[in-house]
Amino acid sequence: MLTKRIIACLDVHGGRVVKGVQFVDLVDAGDPAALAARHAREGADEIVLLDITATHEGRQTLLDTVRRTARELFVPFTVGGGIKSAEEAAQVFEAGADKISVNSAALRDPTLISEIGKNFGAQAVVVAIDARRDPEANDPVRDAQAFVQGGRKPAGRRVVEWAREAEERGAGEILLTSMDSDGTRAGFDCELTAAVSEAVNIPVIASGGAGTVAHFADVFGRGKADAALAASIFHFGVSSARSLKEELVAAGVPVRLPC
Amino acid sequence: MRVTVIDYKAGNVTSVLKALRHLGAEPVVTDSDLSLIARAERIVLPGVGHFAATERLDSTGMTSAIREAVKRGVPFLGICVGMQWLYAGSTEAAGQAGLGCFGEECSRFPEGAEKVPHVGWNSLEVKGSPRLMAGVKDGEYVYFTHSYRAPVGADTAAVANYIEPFAAAVERGNVMGVQFHPEKSGETGLKMLRNFLELER
Repeated sequence: MLTKRIIACLDVHGGRVVKGVQFVDLVDAGDPAALAARHAREGADEIVLLDITATHEGRQTLLDTVRRTARELFVPFTVGGGIKSAEEAAQVFEAGADKISVNSAALRDPTLISEIGKNFGAQAVVVAIDARRDPEANDPVRDAQAFVQGGRKPAGRRVVEWAREAEERGAGEILLTSMDSDGTRAGFDCELTAAVSEAVNIPVIASGGAGTVAHFADVFGRGKADAALAASIFHFGVSSARSLKEELVAAGVPVRLPC
Repeated sequence: MRVTVIDYKAGNVTSVLKALRHLGAEPVVTDSDLSLIARAERIVLPGVGHFAATERLDSTGMTSAIREAVKRGVPFLGICVGMQWLYAGSTEAAGQAGLGCFGEECSRFPEGAEKVPHVGWNSLEVKGSPRLMAGVKDGEYVYFTHSYRAPVGADTAAVANYIEPFAAAVERGNVMGVQFHPEKSGETGLKMLRNFLELER
């Protein structure tokens, strides 16, 4: 049986893992390679590393971090943050990423999705969408807006429609972050996740708001998510992937228990 | 051990190399050097992307070289599209023949309520006692990402179920294939790669 995936996310800044609340107030959470290995050992199905403050100078730091993190990691490994071209993506793949995630650059130039997919396969291209409900709209969920530049600027695109276009252009998965929920530990945005998941035929990874086991069960059920991503609940020892999964199994959610 | 990894320029071979090195092998990569196939003690064909890309194996002469090596009994492991290539062909690229070790044809998962592609960790049901699966228990999980798959047949080494049962692994003599990614399937995947490297000829 295909299981629901639990993905551990490492937000990286200058080679260190950090965690903030609603994209600000960063605190240090450790070494990316050590944390990735720990999460994989404890049963995380995948590791995502996001360079949250990607800069030109930071590029080499990122590649070193990816190389170091990938070395002993034998579960799928996604890297994102500031990847602007197929050439940059190729460098990240060569450093050991299995998938790359693109966000702002894909919104600016949607052909980037097919360009990367052409060389590395559609399964290697994750389109990340930072989404915020639009309270002004008739349907705040269906009309949710995509944001770029780490959530600082509206992209002028509706999330559901952009997810559909990304799929058509050859995205392998959608990583949907609810900016309203991010860092709050108050639960995923299940309505928004379901709206996107129903609109596309590729997997949707829900992100933003994980706080309790019930939140995961909820986003896999009501939210129709194929995978869910969490960061802060793991880093500070609140919960390990293993204990989270054991509780999910008890709640009837199919997940892979580590050997 | 001389492990030759074939790169047919349709994806990333880094992860496969990393896993093989982790297990103590010293893999070499080639996209055209037939001598590396002729001298190989093991051949690994990782593959992602479109079945049509396997045309490059024909045009570079690698298909014939692999056919010869397989005839001599050199253990061969195809991964993902590399497994599908062991079959007669795939409906993904009609007219592009595979190696034809297995007579069936690969085809797309049927459309329906479930999403296609099939992405994520799914459990295996091991069939018989294939050498590749030594030490792998029924119900162990491996990582898949694909839209096409091979039907269950006489040489199926493990079955997975998504929408319907399909061949997750195939094995006949020293010719082996896995639809999932052992290099990305944690300890279970590493165990299979170790089995492959340690096969008695």
